[in-house]
Amino acid sequence: MTLALRELRRQPSRFAVATLILTLIAVLLMFLGGLLDGLEAGSTGALRQQPGDAIVFAEGAEGSFVRSRLPAEVRAAVAEVVGEDRVGGLGSVQLGARLDGRGPRDLVPVVLFGYELPLAGLPEGGPGFGEAYADDALRNEGVEVGDVLRLGPARSEVEVVGFVSDTKYAQQASLWASLDTWRSVLAENRPGARLDGGAVQALVVQADGEPAAALAERIDEATGGVTDSYTIAGAIDALPGVSQQRSTFAQIIGVTGVIAVVVVALFFALLTVERTSLYGVLKALGAGTGSIFAGVLLQAVVVTAAASAVGVGAALLMDALVPAGSLPFDATPARLASSVGYLLFAAVVGVAFSLRRVLRVDPASAIGGAQ
Amino acid sequence: MSQPAPALRMQGVRKVYPAGDDEVVALDHVNLTLRRDEIVALVGPSGSGKTTLCSIAGALLTPTEGEVEVGGQRITDLSGKGLTAFRRDSVGFVFQTVNLVPFLTARENLLVIDELSGRSGRKARQRADQLLEELGLADKADALPAQLSGGQKQRVAIGRALMNDPELVLFDEPTSALDSKLGDQVVRLIRDEMKARGTAAIIVTHDERITHYADRTVHISDGHLDDAADHAPAVG
Repeated sequence: MTLALRELRRQPSRFAVATLILTLIAVLLMFLGGLLDGLEAGSTGALRQQPGDAIVFAEGAEGSFVRSRLPAEVRAAVAEVVGEDRVGGLGSVQLGARLDGRGPRDLVPVVLFGYELPLAGLPEGGPGFGEAYADDALRNEGVEVGDVLRLGPARSEVEVVGFVSDTKYAQQASLWASLDTWRSVLAENRPGARLDGGAVQALVVQADGEPAAALAERIDEATGGVTDSYTIAGAIDALPGVSQQRSTFAQIIGVTGVIAVVVVALFFALLTVERTSLYGVLKALGAGTGSIFAGVLLQAVVVTAAASAVGVGAALLMDALVPAGSLPFDATPARLASSVGYLLFAAVVGVAFSLRRVLRVDPASAIGGAQ
Repeated sequence: MSQPAPALRMQGVRKVYPAGDDEVVALDHVNLTLRRDEIVALVGPSGSGKTTLCSIAGALLTPTEGEVEVGGQRITDLSGKGLTAFRRDSVGFVFQTVNLVPFLTARENLLVIDELSGRSGRKARQRADQLLEELGLADKADALPAQLSGGQKQRVAIGRALMNDPELVLFDEPTSALDSKLGDQVVRLIRDEMKARGTAAIIVTHDERITHYADRTVHISDGHLDDAADHAPAVG
C-alpha cells in the first residue's frame, strides 16, 4: 500500500492529467446534480410543503390545478371519508405581479394559491383577506413585508405579510392567501374561470395513520370516480415535465459516469503497461498479485477522491454565490454524497479492467530479459 | 552431526514447452545439487536453457518432470501462490537489468517486498540499514536510483536479494553492464556476502572472473549439463 502512496507523492505529474480530467468530470456531475435538484425544487416546492398525505383533483385533470374543478359536494364526500378537519381546499392562479417602482411591462410571474391547511412554517389562523405569505424567491425581487403586489390585468392588490421558503411552483414564486382572496383575485382577472359556491381546484387530505396510496383509492371510490387522488409524491411525479426532466438528467449523469469509467480504465491501463517489467520483478521477489493490484486500486481511489473534493468545493461555492431564486441550483448533501459515491464506484470499475493485465504478468519474464 | 540439507537439489528435471504440433525441450534430465554455501557459475550460450534452469531453481517455474528441493523443502508441486510465498521467504534474485523501483530510495527499495507483504516494521528497517552498511551504501540510504552509479545500483539490488536471508540467490549476468574494475569489486562483494551468510548462489555469466571466484563451474548446452572440474576458490 505504501508503495502506491509513495508513487503518488513522489511522481504526482504522472497522475496529473487523469486527475484533471476526473476533476472536470466531478465538477460536471455535481453541477448537473445541483441543477436537477434546483429545477425540481422550483417545480415541486408548493406540493412538497403541503401538510397532507394525499391530494385530490378532478378526474381527467391529470394532476393539473388549472384543469381541475371540485364543487362543494365532492368536498363533502371527501370530508366524510377522512373527517372535516383533515381536508383543506387549494386553488391557484398564475398572474404577472407589478411591484412598486417598476415599469408597466416589468412583471414578476407568480402563482397565487388559496389554501386552508397551513403549510409548514405558516401560522394556524391564515392570512386575512387581501393578504398573503410570499415565497422567499420574491425577496430577490426586492419584496419586503408590507409591500403591496398588484396582480394581473385587474391589478388586484395583495399585501405581503410574511415569507415562507421552498414553495415554488412551475419555477415561479408563489403567494399563499386565503381561499376567499384567491376567489376574488381569480374573479377579477379571469372572469371566465369563476368558481362559485365553495368550489376549489384540489383538496389536500390528511391520513389518520393509513398509507397515503390506500387513502387515495378510498377517496376515489367514495366519490364514485369523479376524482383522481394522488399521494403527494405521485402528484409531484405527475407535474408536467418533472419526470421527463428527471429521466433526461439521469441519462446525462449516467453517461458522465461512464466517461469517468473510461478515463480511469484508459489511464490505469497505460500505467500498468508501463509498469509490466517492474511488476514482473516484484512478483519474482515474492510480491503477490493481490498486493500489487491493491496498490493500483488505492491510487485510483485517491485520485478520484481528490477530484471529488474539488467538485464538492465547486458545487458548494456555486450554491453560496447564486442568490436564491435566480438560477435553479441546489447543492444538497445527499446529492453531493451520491455523486462522490458514483465517481468512486466508476473508479473501481475502471481499474478492474487492469486487473487481468496485472494477473498475467509472468514473474519468470524478469530473468534473462535485456530490456 | 548430520549434514545440513543442500541449498538446491534438482533431480531428473525436464521442462518441455508445446510448440505447435511439436514440443521444445528446454531442459532435459538435469541433475544439480548445491551445498549450503556453494557458489556455482552457470555458463552456456543463449538458448541453452540457463534461464529455464534458474527459473525452476528459483521457484518461478514448475518442471514438467523431476523433483526440486530448495533448502530441504520440496517445491515441485507448489501452486502459483505457494511458489510466490516460497520465493518471498527463501529465494533472492539479482537481475541483469537491475530494476530498482525508480521513485524509492535505496533503503525503501530494500524494504519493498516486506512492505507489499505487510511485514514492514522496525526489525525490517534495521536489517535494511545493516545490509546497506555492509554493502558500503550507508551514506546513500536516502538516495534515489537516478542518483546512484551503476555499481551502486547493483549493490542495492544485491541488498534487496538478501533481505529475506534466502537459501539460494540467483544472479543473472551481474557484471555485464560494469567496467572491469567495478566488475571485480562486485564479484568480490558477491563472494564475500554469500560466504559470510552461508548462502548458496547460482551465477549465470560469461565473465571469466566469476568462474575464477566460484566454487564450481557448470556448463549447459541444449538443455543438458556438462560438469566441469571443481576450481579451488581464488585466494585474496
